[in-house]
Amino acid sequence: MKKLLLLLASLTLATPAPAQTVRIGELNSYKVFPAFLDPYRKGMALAVEEINAAGGAAGRKLELVTRDDGGTPGSAVRVAEELISREKVDLLMGTFASNVGLAVANLAAQRKILFLASEPLTDKLVWQDGNRYTFRLRPSTYMQVAMLVPAAAKLKKKRWAIVYPNYEYGQSATESFKKLLAAAQPGVEFVAEQAPPLGKIDAGAVVQAIADAKPDAIFSSLFATDLQKFVREGTTRGLFRARPVFNLLAGEPEYLDPLKNETPEGWWVTGYPWRQIDTPQHRKFRDAYMQRWKDYPRQGSVVGYAAVYAAAEAVRKAGSADTEKLVDALEGLPMQTPFGPIVWRAIDHQSTMGAYVGQLAKNDGQGFMVNWHYADGADYQPPDAVVRALRKER
Amino acid sequence: MSGAAVLLQFLNGLAGASSLFLVAAGLSLIFGVTRIVNFAHGSLYMLGMYFAVWLAERIGFWPAVPAATLGVAGAGVLIEAMLLRRLYRAPELLQLLATFAVVLIVRDLALWAWGPVDMLGPRAPGFAGAATIIGRPFPQYDLLLIGMAPLVLALLHFFLARTRWGVLIRAAAEDREMAGALGVNQRWLFTAVFALGAALAGFGGALAIPREPASLGVDLALVADAFVVVVVGGLGSIPGAFLAALAIGEVKAFCTGLGYSKLTLVVEFIVMAVVLVLRPQGLLGRPEPAPRVAALQSAPLLAPLSRPARVALALLAALLLAAPLVGDEYTVVLLTDLLVFAVFAASLHLLMGPGGMASFGHAAYFGLGAYGAGIVLLRFGAPMALALAIAPLAAGLGAALFGWFCVRLSGVYLAMLTLAFAQIAWSVAFQWDELTGGSNGLIGVWPPAWLATKTAYYYLVLTLGITAIGLLWRAIYSPFGYALRASRDSALRAEALGINVRMQQWAAFTAAGCFAGVAGGLFAFSKGSISPDVLSVPRSVDALVMVLLGGVQTLTGPLWGAALFTWLSDVASRSIDYWRAAIGGVILLLVLAFPQGIAGSLRRWRPSP
Repeated sequence: MKKLLLLLASLTLATPAPAQTVRIGELNSYKVFPAFLDPYRKGMALAVEEINAAGGAAGRKLELVTRDDGGTPGSAVRVAEELISREKVDLLMGTFASNVGLAVANLAAQRKILFLASEPLTDKLVWQDGNRYTFRLRPSTYMQVAMLVPAAAKLKKKRWAIVYPNYEYGQSATESFKKLLAAAQPGVEFVAEQAPPLGKIDAGAVVQAIADAKPDAIFSSLFATDLQKFVREGTTRGLFRARPVFNLLAGEPEYLDPLKNETPEGWWVTGYPWRQIDTPQHRKFRDAYMQRWKDYPRQGSVVGYAAVYAAAEAVRKAGSADTEKLVDALEGLPMQTPFGPIVWRAIDHQSTMGAYVGQLAKNDGQGFMVNWHYADGADYQPPDAVVRALRKER
Repeated sequence: MSGAAVLLQFLNGLAGASSLFLVAAGLSLIFGVTRIVNFAHGSLYMLGMYFAVWLAERIGFWPAVPAATLGVAGAGVLIEAMLLRRLYRAPELLQLLATFAVVLIVRDLALWAWGPVDMLGPRAPGFAGAATIIGRPFPQYDLLLIGMAPLVLALLHFFLARTRWGVLIRAAAEDREMAGALGVNQRWLFTAVFALGAALAGFGGALAIPREPASLGVDLALVADAFVVVVVGGLGSIPGAFLAALAIGEVKAFCTGLGYSKLTLVVEFIVMAVVLVLRPQGLLGRPEPAPRVAALQSAPLLAPLSRPARVALALLAALLLAAPLVGDEYTVVLLTDLLVFAVFAASLHLLMGPGGMASFGHAAYFGLGAYGAGIVLLRFGAPMALALAIAPLAAGLGAALFGWFCVRLSGVYLAMLTLAFAQIAWSVAFQWDELTGGSNGLIGVWPPAWLATKTAYYYLVLTLGITAIGLLWRAIYSPFGYALRASRDSALRAEALGINVRMQQWAAFTAAGCFAGVAGGLFAFSKGSISPDVLSVPRSVDALVMVLLGGVQTLTGPLWGAALFTWLSDVASRSIDYWRAAIGGVILLLVLAFPQGIAGSLRRWRPSP
């Protein structure tokens, strides 16, 4: 009986899409990573409003259909199916965790629909498991590591300790760092490696173990609560005294702001110094965002904003929302973002959006970035031959 | 490691053990008296953290600790008085479902009240810096924490041994009925115990904020650890919890110190598995007293389906057959999920209903089936038919192995051992990159072209699903099923009749695993990819919720539970912002309205023949 009712309910809920709009089906783990995805959602909404106020893309307005993907590949695939078959969206967008992103990417290839992966960082999304229908906006784990390596190599520190969350992101960050640093600085030694479980770092023990190895410098890819615990414990125990630390992502407001008074000064990080970036395109974005939301933008805001613009640009260039035409349009497409111009690389569907590399400082109980520069994603890619070999598809 | 390094890691272990003990002590106390498996204990701890961070900004850290402790105790009283008190007469484990709903609600409440950003608390004034121990800095606050656990242990011991309340609590823990018969007001006793347990959780949370930020994910992560400590120590034994916390804290610290940090992912579950296999009642626990004959309540006999019920089910099957003709493509996708989870829930039901063995780790077999199918398909190029045949085999083998140990235990110990094994299986899938794809999982598990359409695959799932459920039901009414139920209701009498009780239970465990594997294999091919979350704790909890929601002691209940829960998650997550809380609210309403589960309560309303 329940199933019959359900069937009836689902029938009445099915609403056909109006033909004139471009429907973007967006799915993300809003309840699992709310700190990152709340600003992301606001960035998207702002972009849609702006684009529609300016007349839309190729004469068609954009329409955003957002869904919570539940945070697991299984439910994300079901949600994506719903967006494709019931909501009749023209393209898919979103996802946060790597395993969810990879699952939806694979579904997109199966169902032949464009998937703009905005957040996931895993290298595999565009390389080993890349496919014709999947494009990724954010700089990958590899790219962000590559952005930090020049500064790390310049310090000429011999003994390095590494700490990373024990899952694919941390593992591949560590692997890339070791490979790239060893190439840039022959003779470097990696004297300790700590891989605490994600979200459950035993910070005291980890800090102690690293200190016991007596490294000259530390590379970390911790973030969120693990980062906060590591910073506090390491500061108390003097681990960072006279020891340079490199930490992926720690300059993003999402992860930097909670540190407040504890912000470890001098750390090298990738991030987003939103207060200080003064290019015209960023100023325009920041002003619009702050006016619309009465809040400052985070890294997620930029990602959501740029992802919607990417969809609009693709539709504009393709002149339609036909999947194959959209894919062809996106390959090699140049566009503007708050971070500056980017290109969607034809070779692996990775955008050249970069990140800001700099050092942490604090003032008045608030962390921020100093000595920063913009690292253009185009400059931190492996050689094309390597990418082609990784992408089995071609 | 040098001598100094060993000593400092030892101290690190003590500090970790101390915070573990505070939470575990409350959980143990609550279980000891009320027999409630309190899933929401981690949520109370989380509330303690949020209260404390929020208050510390206003009144300072030290006053914030007792204030937060009191606040959480108040929340505990609220939960006990408004919810749990109504459920003491309901079948065991139903309170578990209720506390699970509380977890969902509290997490969304915290999100609503304090926002999504982690809140790092202040350092403790007076204990902000580091002391020097053998020339190395060690946080002063950790030294304070190290002293706190023995202090709380001593206070609790004094309270339980020397005060009247303590005597009453111990009496109730020893023998609830007898204490009641002697005139102890159980109502107030239970409320008081729950408040005390909640206060300990809140105290632990408040004391944790100088070391870790208040964040939303902490509830479930913590409650699993706390359960491990309680079970390793022996349910209801506070000194046992203290010992267990020490052991686990030290093992973790030294895994990290010796460079085996990857092991910390599961090491506490390995410890628990070893302890339970060697000492089934935990370190200091006592074996459960045999239930008094008068109190022995056998579950209602599972009657075979009546004629109208059979007709109704046949009609439902016909409807399901016709569904793709009437519904749109997504209806078919959703129905596929419903069917897969119905098989999953039905397989757990064999274990929990007729078998009388609750499992907190049934997802292990779902996941083994999914991974088994995915691995032979992707790594060995096997066709789908073979992969689907491997799924129950892989799951069944796993269940036979784990079950051999599990059936030697009973009650919550058994459930926790299943959880330990599930976590171990999960960590293997999570870390064995070459075979399982690590945390990203296996990608590209699709059916062949002729089954590629959603409708074709749906019919495959429908056929296999109905067959699997039919076989499970057949098993319940076979001689095996009757022997299994006899073993559940009275192991002694069953033994006397010549039934090998353990053998029956082991067979049931293995069979339940096999069918969960069928569901897992079908799930993998319907999604195209699988990752370690298929055998994670939340997936196991989902299965429990489905069975309890539908009604353990009914035949069709688990199917309704699976359908309702899956459908509810789908609809709620699509249309409501705070959808976790919405699901929690619905579950609470259902639990209060239908304490026997949906199908169980409906059956009650029907006039008996």
